[in-house]
Amino acid sequence: MIQVSDSPPSPPDLQHSLRPTPFLQTLAIPVWSSPATQVIAVSSRLLPDEDCLHAMLTVDSVVKTFGRRAAVDRISFELTTGEVLGFLGPNGAGKTTVMRMIAGRLEPDSGKVRVGAHDMIQDRRAGQRLVGYLPEGAPAYRTMTPREFVSFCLSVRGYSGSALRVARERALDRARLGCEANQQIGTLSKGYNRRAALAAAMAHDPPLLVLDEPTDGLDPNQKHEVRALIREMAMDKAIIVSTHILEEVPAVCSRVIVINKGRIVVDESPDEFSGRARSGRLEEAFRSLTRTAAEAAK
Amino acid sequence: MTASPAGFLAIYRREIRAWFVTPLAYVFLAAFAFAAPAFAFNVGRFFDTNRADLAPLFAYMPWLLMILMPALAMRAWAEERDRGTLEILLSLPVSVSSIALAKFAAAWTVALGALVSTTPMWVAVNYLGHPDNLAIAIAYLGTFLLAGSYLAIGQALSAASGSQVTAFVLSVLAALLLTMAGLPLVTDSLSGTAPAFVVEALAHISVLERFAAFERGVVGLGDLIYFLSLMAFGIAAGGLQAGASREGGR
Repeated sequence: MIQVSDSPPSPPDLQHSLRPTPFLQTLAIPVWSSPATQVIAVSSRLLPDEDCLHAMLTVDSVVKTFGRRAAVDRISFELTTGEVLGFLGPNGAGKTTVMRMIAGRLEPDSGKVRVGAHDMIQDRRAGQRLVGYLPEGAPAYRTMTPREFVSFCLSVRGYSGSALRVARERALDRARLGCEANQQIGTLSKGYNRRAALAAAMAHDPPLLVLDEPTDGLDPNQKHEVRALIREMAMDKAIIVSTHILEEVPAVCSRVIVINKGRIVVDESPDEFSGRARSGRLEEAFRSLTRTAAEAAK
Repeated sequence: MTASPAGFLAIYRREIRAWFVTPLAYVFLAAFAFAAPAFAFNVGRFFDTNRADLAPLFAYMPWLLMILMPALAMRAWAEERDRGTLEILLSLPVSVSSIALAKFAAAWTVALGALVSTTPMWVAVNYLGHPDNLAIAIAYLGTFLLAGSYLAIGQALSAASGSQVTAFVLSVLAALLLTMAGLPLVTDSLSGTAPAFVVEALAHISVLERFAAFERGVVGLGDLIYFLSLMAFGIAAGGLQAGASREGGR
């Protein structure tokens, strides 16, 4: 079920199509006056108009080659607010490359990536304001504390003063950093390091979250907490989660895309996906879709 | 590429903080505060000149900065690449030019701190005699511009190389080339083999000739433009190199 058309519906500019809820009105933040508050204006604290239920993200025939190898080969899909997309595929399938292009970190060789109403090449910075990105490996500045790191990311996004403090504390709280929020990231465990990066990705409350293996290396309790957080945020965001942990798919995702060798091989619901294997086991369904012909012959 | 003030300021503050949260900046400042007067007293024979000026200090500045500025510049982009934080920086809504400018401005600020650490010598010559303070101030300006030029080129090479060590070695080599290009040692050895215009051009790109004017207390428009152009070239090359990674992966 790949939602691609020759002329996809033009999504509205989110900054002008969202209406404030009483929550923001009670905070008395000057919503339309500064870059920081423009970001707030697209936050989940604002309810989307019906138009916004159209694609939050459009990936249209995107190609990316490294040298002579096509890492991503004409991939197309759309994502709407409220969807949690599980992005699956074997190592080297092109998942991270697609996510980097969605985050504006990498430019496609051809095709288009559009976030909200913004083309990620022609209007990259406006699009990046709407994206929260957790890169693979959750990199963060090791000499900063999570609190400083989140503040840094918010300041680059134009936040300052009380708007920054409110957004920062909310993100640290949601990522459940606790006392570790004041400890240098270089001294934190892998789990807390990942939470710090996750807090920085969601601090500006973006309508699109791109999470590259958010639970990699976490213990079962931490995985459970991150999954719960993703489910909690899914109400008013479009979320892409890449993972190798297949049990995460029914736990958090409303849709699954499997890519292999840079191409989409499956785009369906988690139930349809697990139904592909007679045993109903996700691992079996995944293997049947992604193993090579040579492997299958064995 | 347009600059965004919020992004510039946030990255500038982070860079400055990154210098001073580790011993790195303190070690650098201490090394500079020790090495600069050591050159002036021991090699430049500061007291033997019997003159109330800082000529022995400035005479060795190009050679000192040639080593120390690459040490300041090497981490600019190479460290971000090594640690994966370039991924974060380039996914934030900020232009690469803002990032490059902020990184340069932060390193240049540390270099300014290093120069300030030598000002007790300026106070001392005022105590010992009656120096031409305007000429000394101009020599300091020249040193600051020279430091900025080496820094900008070092940061461009940091963006181009995969590791900090490679960036340091390449930057020292580039600074050495820029500094020595005009020396008779180089021009004389080339005069027999290279065309005259090449030898002349090499003499003109040498920072020594430009810096000598500032040492004498003279600010020439050409010399100012020369140093500012070197800085602009280095910052732009670094930014373009880092921005090019949007097209090619790492």
